[in-house]
Amino acid sequence: MSSSNEAVQKKGSTPRIEVIERYCKGCSICVEFCPTRVLEMETFVVQVVKPEACIKCMQCELRCPDFAIKVHTE
Amino acid sequence: MAYDYEKSIRPGKLPHIWCPGCGHGIAMKGLIRAMDTCGLDKNNTAIVSGIGCASRLPGYMDYCTLHTAHGRAAAFATGVKMAKPEMNVIVMGGDGDGTAIGGNHFIHACRRNIDMTYVIFNNFIYGMTGGQFSPCTPTGDKASTTPYGNPDPIFDISKLAIGAGATFVARTTAFHATQIDKLIAEGIKHKGMSVIEVLDDCPTTYGRRNKFRSVVDMMKRLKEIAVPVAAASKMTAEQLEGKVLTGVLYKEDKPEYCEQYAKVIAKAQGRAV
Repeated sequence: MSSSNEAVQKKGSTPRIEVIERYCKGCSICVEFCPTRVLEMETFVVQVVKPEACIKCMQCELRCPDFAIKVHTE
Repeated sequence: MAYDYEKSIRPGKLPHIWCPGCGHGIAMKGLIRAMDTCGLDKNNTAIVSGIGCASRLPGYMDYCTLHTAHGRAAAFATGVKMAKPEMNVIVMGGDGDGTAIGGNHFIHACRRNIDMTYVIFNNFIYGMTGGQFSPCTPTGDKASTTPYGNPDPIFDISKLAIGAGATFVARTTAFHATQIDKLIAEGIKHKGMSVIEVLDDCPTTYGRRNKFRSVVDMMKRLKEIAVPVAAASKMTAEQLEGKVLTGVLYKEDKPEYCEQYAKVIAKAQGRAV
């Protein structure tokens, strides 16, 4: 996917991770697939706890079944 | 940059009704990316579905959509394609809708090689109606109607489609998220009947009855059972036991049904073919 490739190339800046809480159903797929533990579950809604650790792999955005996570890299 | 899925979704339709962790959402994202890649015109694309969890998908999509009777998606889609051959037709459905209740429509759409893309979300169960076993529930697994284990052998949807005459058949899983859009896009571009089977997970009615501790466990199982076609050719029969092949399984070029039918019309009207 072109968007993920772009993201990997632009390392350095911290991305803005947007969680749409109204869409999140708390399945925790994003938490489990995040390689750097940026996300955590809190009362069945995902929370961004370590945005600075994000490597922009876009796994959370790609795998979220509920369209609830967006990783803004610019 | 974040992918803008919402431009393909009807405003105000999210959040969708699927359960937490349902693979249909992941597969739907793949479908949106694929349709985007192919640059399909919203006014010239019909998404047709039957009844079931997967068949709720067209309701969210901002395209021409048709939600039809249980199992009859392929029949309605054939009608759409015959009436408007210039339209891109995408058929959606689950394993129960496509291969059990609509099995006959499915095989005959494959046989005719009509130019449409049939995306089957195979979650191994009838999810919406209460977890009854489907023709794709693995042998021995539990469903609400097989509490002591399912004695039936399964349908291999891809082999069924190849046998019935589909000219593009591919399979992937909800774990292989980036492969979903590549295969669906290839299917949309293919002239003729394309069948793309997406194995996904149903945590609510399948997972909890079959000792999956979480959605992530189900995702990991999909990863474990999937073997790419190229890798499978180097594996022994014992190594392939219990695995499913993923990737493009079959592709050939055959005369397309709408074009053949146009020739019949021309002949009947006395025009030159």
